[in-house]
Amino acid sequence: MAITLSNPDHAIPGAPLSARLTTPQVWGIVLLAPYILVFLAFVVYPVCYGLWLARHPSSYVALYNDPIFARAAINTLIFLVIGINFKMLVALFLSGFFVQSRAWIKWLSVLFILPWAVPSIPTILSVRFMLNPEWGMINQIIFKLTGEDGPNWLNDPTVALTMAIVMHIWKSLPFWTLILMTGRLAIPHDLFEAADVDGASWWQKFRFITWPSMRTLYLTCTLLSMIWTLGDFNSVYLLTGGGPADLTHVLATLGIRYLRLDQLDMSMAAIVCALPLVLPLVYFMMKRLSR
Amino acid sequence: MKLPTLRDVGTEARLLLIGIPVFIWTMLPIYHMFLFAISPKEDAFSGKLWPAHPTLHNFEIVFNQQHYFLRDFWIQFWNSLVIAVSVGALTLFIATAAAFSISRLRVPGGRWVMNFALFTYFIPAAFLAVPMYRTMGNYGLLNNHWALILAMVTIASPYAIWVLKQASDKLPVELDEAAIMDGATTLQLFRLVYIPLMMPSLVAIGTYALLLAWNEYLYAFLLLSKDTEVTLPVALGNFLAADDSPWELLMTTGFIYALPPAAIYYAFKRYMVGGLTAGAVKS
Repeated sequence: MAITLSNPDHAIPGAPLSARLTTPQVWGIVLLAPYILVFLAFVVYPVCYGLWLARHPSSYVALYNDPIFARAAINTLIFLVIGINFKMLVALFLSGFFVQSRAWIKWLSVLFILPWAVPSIPTILSVRFMLNPEWGMINQIIFKLTGEDGPNWLNDPTVALTMAIVMHIWKSLPFWTLILMTGRLAIPHDLFEAADVDGASWWQKFRFITWPSMRTLYLTCTLLSMIWTLGDFNSVYLLTGGGPADLTHVLATLGIRYLRLDQLDMSMAAIVCALPLVLPLVYFMMKRLSR
Repeated sequence: MKLPTLRDVGTEARLLLIGIPVFIWTMLPIYHMFLFAISPKEDAFSGKLWPAHPTLHNFEIVFNQQHYFLRDFWIQFWNSLVIAVSVGALTLFIATAAAFSISRLRVPGGRWVMNFALFTYFIPAAFLAVPMYRTMGNYGLLNNHWALILAMVTIASPYAIWVLKQASDKLPVELDEAAIMDGATTLQLFRLVYIPLMMPSLVAIGTYALLLAWNEYLYAFLLLSKDTEVTLPVALGNFLAADDSPWELLMTTGFIYALPPAAIYYAFKRYMVGGLTAGAVKS
């Protein structure tokens, strides 16, 4: 947390250290060189190469005519707009739950972080089997309780996409809840005490104390989560594999699908199409973080 | 002893009403994995909440590589380990050097490098995957562990540099000045003053990079393909290729694969929570 409060401009007052050293700038360049090399070889070169591959207008025409691309674009938007906002609202709510001081809530919060701490592959595969229509745990429980067969979860595009979103939420909810908890804990406690004296209701306390101090953090988290979720390949690929009938692809899995079909230009063009959406978000985040 | 008032009971009940569903929601997929790992095949497919005959036989099969899908289990485990440790070490080296250079030596253009690094941090990793795959092909590194190591270092470094720069900006400049007064060279300053003071952040960043590499699926599956070269998550994904996958063995392997990162996470939680989660979002 202290990290967030640091301010480079005040940390080192006076003349830069380098002015008083004989060869520090040389050392600075030498020490910075490994990263610059990595950056040039594995960021600049691939990005330029990717853009060069996506240069043909014909790729975009082909994309426009590919119904799977349109579907993937819509799925991605649903994932971001509905999935992420829902997740952040739940995280905001749960952060309020986890800051309650009870011993059992403290223990629960230790367990609650597990989905974030374990790798996503085994847990996604575990959920995939739970949703198996014949053998999965969910449908067997439904059968025992109601005597009827449960739905064929991953065979219906809408349900399958919803399940992929649920999977994503399961995995990343603890992280965002934790972040929002630090935001809540940073609010001075006497504000709430004063509100209690004035007889403020639960909603009034949230509306006039919690929300104003957390608004910026909440928005930043939402944007950041949106950028990162654009790249959420695992939840969709390992749960639905893009199926049924390629109807649950998102942009991240679509790129890999085109690569598999040896349509590299389409793969890159699909990613370039997402840039108008990504770059403003990235620009905004950089403005916030590089201050 | 004071008897709880009706109001207290109500509050507690409402908290439990949230807490119990949260507990089930969190634990169900993990418990399901554990359940499969300790169930014989018949029990696993019966949908019971606890197997009739719990057994460790699945672990035995995995450890002795007694199944077609598991014949390279140990070498894949080793691959995952080597790659994760290499990524942790390399990221730590590159990011510490860069952060020292930008923050303490104030190298010209350092701010630009920081901004470029941040920009990389915000590019979704899946978007870079396809060009990265082709780039590694052009460099002739495909199917070589170095391809995955370098790709993961590329992905881990920007955040590592950013966190380390934020942390080192807070170290007082007088320390550097005093060391130089005493005749320390730049390298001695780096080795004897900077590194020891940065230890908590370095632990956090090393763990972050290590876990990132251990958990990575997409890049591993694109860049490596030979059965004896791939990492564990890719091997897990390959289970899905067959129609009659041995799910109880898949879940057992997954459970074994998930244990080390979970253990590391809890062991270093103190550093992770302080250094990383707060650093991720600057409020």
